Amino acid sequence: MSGVGILEAPGADCAPVLRERGQREVFCGLTGIVWLHRKVQDAFFLVVGSRTCAHLLQSAAGVMIFAEPRFATAIIEERDLAGMADCHEELDRVVDRLLARRPEIRTLFLVGSCPSEVIKLDLSKAAERLGTKHAGRTRILNYSGSGIETTFTEGEDACLASLVPEMPVAASGEGPSLLLVGSLPDIVEDQFLRLFAELGIENIGCLPARAVADLPAVGTNTRILLAQPFLGETLSALTGRGAVHLPAPFPFGAEGTTGWLKAAADAFGLDDMQFNRVIAPGRERAKRALERQRERLDGKRISFLPDSQLEIPLARFLATECGMVPVEVGTPYLHRSILADELPQLPRGTRISEGQDVDKQLDRVRADQPDLTVCGLGLANPLEAEGLSTKWAIELVFSPIHGFDQAGDLAELFARPLRRRDVLQV
Amino acid sequence: MQLSVWTYEGPPHVGAMRVATAMEGMHYVLHAPQGDTYADLLFTMIERRGKRPPVTYTTFQARDLGKDTAQLFQDAARHALERFEPQALLVGASCTAELIQDDPAGLAEAMRLPVPVVPLELPSYQRKECWGASETFYQIVRTLADRDITPRGDSVALANILGPTALGFRHRDDVREVRAILETLGIEVNLVAPLGASPADIARIGAADFNVVLYPETGDEAARWLERTFHQPAIRTVPIGIGATEEFIRGVAALAGVDPEPALADDQSRMPWWSRSVDSTYLTGKRVFIFGDATHAVAAARIAHEELGFEVCGLGCYNREFARDVRAAAQQYGVDPLITDDHLEVEEAIAAAQPELVLGTQMERHIAKRLGLPCAVISSPVHVQDFPARHSPQMGFEGANVIFDTWVHPLVMGLEEHLLTMFRDDFEFSDDAGASHLHAHAPKRTLAQPIALEPVMGGSLWTDEAEAELKKIPFFVRGKARRNTELFAANEGRAQIDLETLYDAKAHYAR
Ligand code: SF4
Repeated sequence: MSGVGILEAPGADCAPVLRERGQREVFCGLTGIVWLHRKVQDAFFLVVGSRTCAHLLQSAAGVMIFAEPRFATAIIEERDLAGMADCHEELDRVVDRLLARRPEIRTLFLVGSCPSEVIKLDLSKAAERLGTKHAGRTRILNYSGSGIETTFTEGEDACLASLVPEMPVAASGEGPSLLLVGSLPDIVEDQFLRLFAELGIENIGCLPARAVADLPAVGTNTRILLAQPFLGETLSALTGRGAVHLPAPFPFGAEGTTGWLKAAADAFGLDDMQFNRVIAPGRERAKRALERQRERLDGKRISFLPDSQLEIPLARFLATECGMVPVEVGTPYLHRSILADELPQLPRGTRISEGQDVDKQLDRVRADQPDLTVCGLGLANPLEAEGLSTKWAIELVFSPIHGFDQAGDLAELFARPLRRRDVLQV
Repeated sequence: MQLSVWTYEGPPHVGAMRVATAMEGMHYVLHAPQGDTYADLLFTMIERRGKRPPVTYTTFQARDLGKDTAQLFQDAARHALERFEPQALLVGASCTAELIQDDPAGLAEAMRLPVPVVPLELPSYQRKECWGASETFYQIVRTLADRDITPRGDSVALANILGPTALGFRHRDDVREVRAILETLGIEVNLVAPLGASPADIARIGAADFNVVLYPETGDEAARWLERTFHQPAIRTVPIGIGATEEFIRGVAALAGVDPEPALADDQSRMPWWSRSVDSTYLTGKRVFIFGDATHAVAAARIAHEELGFEVCGLGCYNREFARDVRAAAQQYGVDPLITDDHLEVEEAIAAAQPELVLGTQMERHIAKRLGLPCAVISSPVHVQDFPARHSPQMGFEGANVIFDTWVHPLVMGLEEHLLTMFRDDFEFSDDAGASHLHAHAPKRTLAQPIALEPVMGGSLWTDEAEAELKKIPFFVRGKARRNTELFAANEGRAQIDLETLYDAKAHYAR
């Protein structure tokens, strides 16, 4: 539990980074299932874990989706551990039963957890075995969302990385194609696809695809545009298949979205005039929408506790486009190369921290007294009770916030707690 | 391995958290990976607590395994002591830490900490949340109770109130009711625990003359130990409902040697008259399906049967530890007990029983919503809306008042039921209007066309005439009538549903 606060020498790209190691207050990668199972509609996520894992999913999902969802947990029991039952046989039995009841499942993800990893239950072996058994009907993949390996959004990273080997090989003779990587709400994805079509980029795919059955092809002519910053593993799996990463800022706000689209436009050799003509209306709409929120956000100080790895791009957006002053920007993991276009834009003096020692971090929040603190659900009410306004980080993962037409909504998510604080007289 | 989608109970360490969070001056050092910190949100979001649960998670990672996880645990314990200065420390492991066998108890002992340490052994792969809470409370009492402080034996009786925890269904409000009853009887309260008690309070738990076990699920294990150790008798009547409250008062008064009358004569008890008044006639024989924790389910069945005149058409619980009580009650009401923690099984049972009201947990609320049935919540697990700002107990006479209101509210009111039937063609009473008091909550669609009740046969099988007749049936029973008729037609092998089939079915299902 020691918070080793090493202050790194300022790098070329940004201010020093406060590294911390201590108690972390974050979700594990299993949580990604809550949005992934909505996004990938022909897939089912089976966590192989404990009652804790099942309870986490249920608590994170809340009451949002209390239908029979496309996820479940195979809860490991005493008899599995005591060797009375063979774990692999048990898993086969559970999977058979599940597939019998849900014949519409085309892809089944076996999702590893802390317990399955600690007992060294080899899910890739299980996936192979079950894949052969159910061949032609259901594809079986596996990845780990365990808390000892993954933090929150890293679960999506692990999931997408497991899809990369399944992507077809792009024919070598084909022209360049664009691959958008990172799950976006369908409405946002469609907006982007329309924009790219207008820009003349027709050969375009998304990972994750809405159905695993429609996975896009990948090859040396594939250009990768990351829609989310937490996809390091997926990115390296894709580059491993020859695809080329297009460095870009992330599509938050008018400028972020412009920069992101521009990275693709440049890679596809579009001329600036056409680019500007196509994006001008959206960009103008975004700016107008931001104008209204800026009044409330301008000059307000904001701290981020580590959560989703969206912290750096969001802090950049709030600073450059809304006039906010980032105080501390915490991230569970700082992926410098992916954030290369973001970090230099953070105002001088921004305290960037990586990792967490939650009690010390809360001490800093109390000392800093920011106008707004972005944090997890476990911390929000306790901070509010201390008089600090908060914004739940998880909402930023669930809500449509990317692109021109969501820029105003994104700013509004931060403005609302401040507005609320101002109107309440109780 | 057990396939599970939604669970009624969390793992046992969440039960321990419910105890630790309820207490003052207690801290829990939990050997667990980072993701397990989700449990904090149960307390801060669902229960709206303004404080973080007093839990330090070690949040070990893969790279720590096989190296220094034990050291991590000891560092965490040391930091927690320094920062939070608790009077006592709970130490234990979550499911993952249980597998790496670091032995938090031994590690804590080796540290010779300056405060009492209560080691918890909660087998995560066998047990669940309620058991975890019960075991934790029992271990706390056993470890911290001062054996030299024995029952006071004063002329004024002294009682402990045992069982209420954090995240409990209406525990806060129940405690207030029960305290008021004891006060009316002239009985003093030694302590309420775990809710609001500190380790120092627990030390003098032996001073009470007897124990009141409000929630056997969490309090009974400790009460039995206290019975053995301090010879404190326990009152185990759970005062939910009029009858049970009266028995509770008589029982407590007898133990304390006081007159029960002052408490029995509570003039705020309105439920019996509300139930007797003529408007409630329509409640007679309403079929009700009950599922929850054993204590609340059994109490609800008794109220439904004896105090509202309902017919219990299903009864069950998810906590096997207390299944015996539910089995006994089920036999009394002539139904098969449903003991399961598989919500799909519960859903099937509800669909099959075709109740007119479902009393359950948040799971049953969702099930009922899908089936288009009215529902009231009677037991944990519950969601944020079941932690009301207002005083809203289940126990005591006020609890009975609250229960009358909450259970009857989802039903169409008696007087209104008549008006709707009589004036169904009048625009004011048209189907679209629905029950006047339900407007905000229940869009007509949910009542009229239960989404999940797919027609047993294609809708086209209805003749126009029969379909029109069906529309004349009040909307709140129409879904059931449609389904019954279709079932009947299917069973009878009738290819078409005409007027005759409709009325044959009605006769068939008539009770
Ligand atoms: S941290 Fe590990 S044990 Fe806890 S919920 Fe996540 S995967 Fe399961």
